[in-house]
Amino acid sequence: MNTLPLLTRVLRSPPTMAAFDAPAWELLLRQAVSADLGATLALLAEEHGILHTLPERVQRRLGWERRAWERHGQAVRFETQQVRRALQDTGLPLILLKGTAYVAAGLPAAAGRLFSDIDILVPKDRLDEVESRLMLHGWVSNHHDAYDQRYYREWMHELPPLQHLRRATVIDVHHAILPETAAVRPDPARLRAAARAIPGAPGLSVLAPCDMVLHSATHLFYEGEYDHGLRDLFDLHRLLCHFGATEPGFWTALPTRAHELELARPLFYALRYCIQLLGTPVPAATVETAGGGRPGRALLALMDGLFARALRPMHPSCAAALTPLADAMLYIRGNWLRMPPLMLSRHLFHKAFLSPGNVKSDQV
Amino acid sequence: MLTVGALDRHTLAARLRGPGLRLQTGPFIACIRSSLPALAVALSRMYADYPVLDEDTTADFNVLLRRPRGLRRFIKPQVYFHYDGMEPFQPLPLAQLYPMFEWAMNWCVSSHAHSWLVIHAAVVEKEGAAVILPAPPGSGKSTLCAALVARGWRLLSDELTLVRLVDGQIDPVPRPVSLKNASIDVIRAWAPEAHISPPVADTVKGTVAHMCAPGASVARALEPATPAWIVFPQWKQGAPAELVPVAQARAHLRLAENAFNYSLLGGAGFDTAARLIDGTHTFDFSYGALDDAMAVFEGLLAGRR
Repeated sequence: MNTLPLLTRVLRSPPTMAAFDAPAWELLLRQAVSADLGATLALLAEEHGILHTLPERVQRRLGWERRAWERHGQAVRFETQQVRRALQDTGLPLILLKGTAYVAAGLPAAAGRLFSDIDILVPKDRLDEVESRLMLHGWVSNHHDAYDQRYYREWMHELPPLQHLRRATVIDVHHAILPETAAVRPDPARLRAAARAIPGAPGLSVLAPCDMVLHSATHLFYEGEYDHGLRDLFDLHRLLCHFGATEPGFWTALPTRAHELELARPLFYALRYCIQLLGTPVPAATVETAGGGRPGRALLALMDGLFARALRPMHPSCAAALTPLADAMLYIRGNWLRMPPLMLSRHLFHKAFLSPGNVKSDQV
Repeated sequence: MLTVGALDRHTLAARLRGPGLRLQTGPFIACIRSSLPALAVALSRMYADYPVLDEDTTADFNVLLRRPRGLRRFIKPQVYFHYDGMEPFQPLPLAQLYPMFEWAMNWCVSSHAHSWLVIHAAVVEKEGAAVILPAPPGSGKSTLCAALVARGWRLLSDELTLVRLVDGQIDPVPRPVSLKNASIDVIRAWAPEAHISPPVADTVKGTVAHMCAPGASVARALEPATPAWIVFPQWKQGAPAELVPVAQARAHLRLAENAFNYSLLGGAGFDTAARLIDGTHTFDFSYGALDDAMAVFEGLLAGRR
């Protein structure tokens, strides 16, 4: 455990912060800020009642992060209401995903969480209607490249990001949680059917607890980029801890639901790395049932090696020798899981040589 | 207390190359890393009086200024600014290293320091009363600030006015005053004794140079000041010096427009701006000659005695 980066050790056991000296604090703050977890650190210190015992300079720094996060939450709640208003005539419940959902539902995973897009889930056959409603309210697509449009509309599980003309906020409209082209395609109708209204927030819903965890896991372990790997893993940790403590039958239902949705593999990885890196208290029975998603031994050894690197804070102090290679392998893997091989080679070729900008552009 | 000036060039360069130079400017400590010898030269000239802290101090900002790798370092050499793996700015030509350092330091404060309402404004103090000079670039704010400082006003800052959220007091962050284009020669003539860095041409702001903060201002960097006036300056060729009162509500809006984190601070931003407006007199100020301007500011002080 001592080989874990400082930030990971603190996320695992926040009270250890209380004993840090000045150089340790500086390193921790730097790792946290570059992992987008600065405000999370502030809120963890608060939650564990040690904030006021920390050095003054550290308290001040954490206060800056916390303020920026408070403002972010306010903006997200405002923007969510704007989207709800834009879509209220469709009669659809507004199903929020990822960070937006954590904030709207007031989950502990929202504490300190910063994100740039509002993510929503709508039925595929209502996409046109939703898009035109959003356009009427000022959100337009800024992906004008014909290849990008085709990439999103034919192959992906979401519309090209829509950006508001005046406020510059971005909405990702999803109709599924994995691309059309992926080998595994969990049925979005089942996710929508199980979605739950948020008490006290008319018109807003979030995925059911198991589905929310599975979506978070799928998002993390089918991704090609790990700039926020540790932050996303910490989301999973917080969701698991929270639902494990508040949702009756959660630990039994989780592996079953993963099996139903063909998401046993990402759940396996999620539990494995949450336990290994963050010490998440997952019951042994759940670990055993979720073992159904375990890959072969050679593949698992490779994945352990890759994720051990990818799930570190993206800070120069945490870089290991293999990191660029690990990043490249995970990037190709992320796309491999999302597209058949021929399509993938065409896509990578297009991104590398034909699209403006380099291969790691935001839509990949 | 160790200062930059007390370190010889080699030691300074070695700190910058190695563990970083922990430089204190007002309430902030920046850990600066760079293997560029020109930065050591610039810092020893411009920051001689500033405190240097040991490695046992937690820095607020960690900055790195470096040259590109590979062939790029020989063809049109550039300088990159990194903030813990982030690159908030495009690289600039190597000749702009020192202005880039100053802009980077401003960015560090304006995008993080949310225990203050951070206003894009110069601020100077005399007899315990501070004048805030907010203004869009090109209005002559820095020139006016440099001129006042050369005539005995204490420099709190020429770019970043830090208004405490808790009590509305202003914390100084005295750093070199940025001068642009014609104002470089104006200030050279106005204050021949002032130390001004070599001008750098062709930046996004034209030709820029920096005037050293007076030693007395640096020495009092931890001493806050009470805001007394907010003066929106506007230089006009040949114009007489004229103060015109600005209504409170209008002044509040203009202050908000010039603040970096007004909306981020939400209610606290509004309250701090409102308290600031309440406790100060607010004016529009147009002037054509620095001598006239000095008389007007001395007049403000005299009216307060």
